[in-house]
Amino acid sequence: MRLASSDVRRRILPELALALVLLLAPLIAPWVGFTADLLSRILVWGLFGIGFDILFGYTGLLSFGQAAVFGVGGFITAYLLTNGLIDSVLVALLLGTLAAAAAGVLIGLLALRRTGIYFAMITLAFAEMFFFIENSPLAAFTGGENGLPGVASPRFALGGFVLDIRSGWSMYGFLAVCFFLGYVLARRIVASSVGRVLIAIRDNPLRARALGHAIGAYKLAAFTIAAAYAGLAGGLLGVMQGYMPPEAFTFDTSGQLVMQTVIGGAGSLIGPLVGAAIWLWLRDVLQNTLGLGPAWKLVLGLVFVLLVTFLRRGVVGGVQLAWHRLRPPPEPVAAAVVDASPRAEVVELHAPVRHPLRENGPALEVTGLSKRYGGLLANSDIAFTVERGELRGVIGPNGAGKSTFFKMLTGEVAPSAGQILFNGQDITGHGVTDVCQRGLSKSYQINQLFGRLTVRQNLEIAVLAERRGRFRLDLWRPAARVPGAAARVEQVLALVDLAARADLPVSVLAYGEKRRLEIGLALATAPSMLLLDEPLAGMSPQERVETVKLLRQIGRDRTLVVVEHDMDAMFELAGRITVLCEGRVLAEGTPAEIQQSRAVQEAYLGGVHAA
Amino acid sequence: MLNWSNFAAQLFNGLATGALLALISVGLTIIYGTLGVLNLAHGALFMLGGYAGFVAFQATHSFLLALLAGAGFVMLAGLLIEWVVVRHFYARPAEDQILVTFGIGIVLVELVRAAFGSLAQTMPPPAWAAGVTSLGFLIYPTYRLLVMGIVAASLLALYLVLYRTRIGMVVRAGIEDAGMVSILGIDVQRVFLLVFGIGAMAAGFAGVVNAPIVSIMPDVGDNILVECFVVVVIGGVGSFPGAVAGGLIAGEIMSLTAMFDPSYSAVMLFAAMTLVLALRPQGLFGVAGRE
Repeated sequence: MRLASSDVRRRILPELALALVLLLAPLIAPWVGFTADLLSRILVWGLFGIGFDILFGYTGLLSFGQAAVFGVGGFITAYLLTNGLIDSVLVALLLGTLAAAAAGVLIGLLALRRTGIYFAMITLAFAEMFFFIENSPLAAFTGGENGLPGVASPRFALGGFVLDIRSGWSMYGFLAVCFFLGYVLARRIVASSVGRVLIAIRDNPLRARALGHAIGAYKLAAFTIAAAYAGLAGGLLGVMQGYMPPEAFTFDTSGQLVMQTVIGGAGSLIGPLVGAAIWLWLRDVLQNTLGLGPAWKLVLGLVFVLLVTFLRRGVVGGVQLAWHRLRPPPEPVAAAVVDASPRAEVVELHAPVRHPLRENGPALEVTGLSKRYGGLLANSDIAFTVERGELRGVIGPNGAGKSTFFKMLTGEVAPSAGQILFNGQDITGHGVTDVCQRGLSKSYQINQLFGRLTVRQNLEIAVLAERRGRFRLDLWRPAARVPGAAARVEQVLALVDLAARADLPVSVLAYGEKRRLEIGLALATAPSMLLLDEPLAGMSPQERVETVKLLRQIGRDRTLVVVEHDMDAMFELAGRITVLCEGRVLAEGTPAEIQQSRAVQEAYLGGVHAA
Repeated sequence: MLNWSNFAAQLFNGLATGALLALISVGLTIIYGTLGVLNLAHGALFMLGGYAGFVAFQATHSFLLALLAGAGFVMLAGLLIEWVVVRHFYARPAEDQILVTFGIGIVLVELVRAAFGSLAQTMPPPAWAAGVTSLGFLIYPTYRLLVMGIVAASLLALYLVLYRTRIGMVVRAGIEDAGMVSILGIDVQRVFLLVFGIGAMAAGFAGVVNAPIVSIMPDVGDNILVECFVVVVIGGVGSFPGAVAGGLIAGEIMSLTAMFDPSYSAVMLFAAMTLVLALRPQGLFGVAGRE
């Protein structure tokens, strides 16, 4: 595959633009009231914010405790430099960054046990805890309320030339280089497979997990990356000022970071820098020039509330929105992408399978499976065996326990009793990620898609789980370069007939298309056994015909188990049918046998109670 | 100095602090439990109550009127906040709700700062509760005893409203399943408004009660908010008994630690939270799986 040079240029356009802005800023800044010191501060906050944006904007984890890791990095760096333990500023910064990352792992291990509001509260509480520890028990090392004065500034000796960085524009230059490198690194991380998985976690954590990604480990990775950035920024703050202030650890620091990021625009990496520029510039202007005094924060607070309410993606998001309104993407681009798909290869529409099932013995063997919810017995003593290559139907009246049964098979719900053998291996209680990685996957009754991504990106998430396993920290490799991933995505796109819609966001798809993508997601993990929970639900008669055809095609390469209410489709598709009723297996046999079974007729028509 | 009267005094201090924390946390937790919104403006509402009470006290020199004014004013503020802003965030992600209430909190704090300045204001305890009372084994400030009484009475009142009245039943049903309550033909929107108002009122009321103990400042609510988070994490988010137990536990931890070394009292509080998180992530009274 060759890349046109215009492609490369487009890809690194943000980096080029940033370099230009950082170079020109000293020339323009004095005209609009930015001093070298103010610009330096903006860069430190911007760098702090890049890490936070990976955590919040990309992964969806709102931390109110970034001050903890900011402070750790800052004080370790400052302590090393002021006590003469380390001479090199760069080495001290590196050690501070590593210490902050380590603190991030510790906090993350506890805070990530919960999500949403718990996560916000716990991170905030930990930051306060760090502040109190720094302020009193460790006051001997951190200077307590006085902070640490006398932090050295960097000196670089290059041959005979010594570059001595003091305050002012030389400090700006040093920080600009740091920020630029941090930005390039973050762009790389975001474009990697890890970055894709983080976005998937933000959009739909449960599905990301069910597709075979160990989301806990990925979240911890994001938290640690954010902590490392915070630690570096904290260290740079001390180096820049020649003084490490204890306020770095306070709630105000975390809160200001959150506000700057949201004002600038989360999920853009550059947003926090824009937010910091707006915040710090407005503070100076409102406070000093307009003489508003402390009321500057009131103005910023109101702006923040308005932005959260009406422009959630902040200034950068607003600019992007306006840009897209002014310049709608030309149609031919989308068409060209479709043409680029290797049609010749996908004529033979075989769906991928990664671990072929063994030759001998059943694909799935379930014995004595029960699930109890309090007093309710949802599944009771189910025995269920599926042979390799079979297309098995599971039917039953509403409330028969079909969904619970499926959830236990895929590891979403742990059974109360019983055993599940898949391909001869015990997978009971293994969890949905592991089960999916072993080649048993499920499509959901209610669509579980990644709503803010395109069709192609959705499938990519699933393919990456299959290509890379549960967890892999390949931060440097772009997701597009994962071997075989792109071809696999194209294959599935063709199979579920969405190639023409590949680059549309999921939200604009018709219901039937979403349904096919739902099946495509499960299929893209290349399962050797696929469970389909009501694949025909809500489809029009025409769509049903198409989907039945698709199911038959999928079934050629793998073992299928289908739960469905559409009896006609079921009797047509399935080789054997299992009937569940009131949590038990009522009958099992060929479609003809099931149609003639008195017990089944009673269950559906009169109910077993009357019989 | 570990001696009995010191120990008893700290035990009582912990009870007074803990009772106040419990009351504020109950406000936080019923708002979260019913509306699903973590209200980061809760600390600011607590602060607002202190200032409203302070203003009323300046005007009337009556502690009881200050108490009523503080609670009433903050309840109105809460109703307004729900009506103007929070209502539009129920359908949005939890992160957006957190952000917007955080912003509201900052606006409230800065409004008060603009009006009253950053300097601390003091409000004396009522004349009839000034001085100390002898309990036989301990001589203790009368006002703090009064605080325990007031808070216990208001917690009981809240409990009775929530658990023994028809409207309370609707609120609790709303905690379980707001959608179902709505299907049953009850105006959930109005219930939410009311709950937000009551939750805010609890914070405002506590703000007035707290004012004579520590002086009031615009950012007096920041620390309280964090402590409330610890309380509800320990007790279990959304649980009324959890907030009460968590508040008392937190109060005692801080005060008993202070007996040995005051600089460690906050650290111990967070250590307790860490312990609960590690051993029982859903909190002492929380239900597993509910976020």
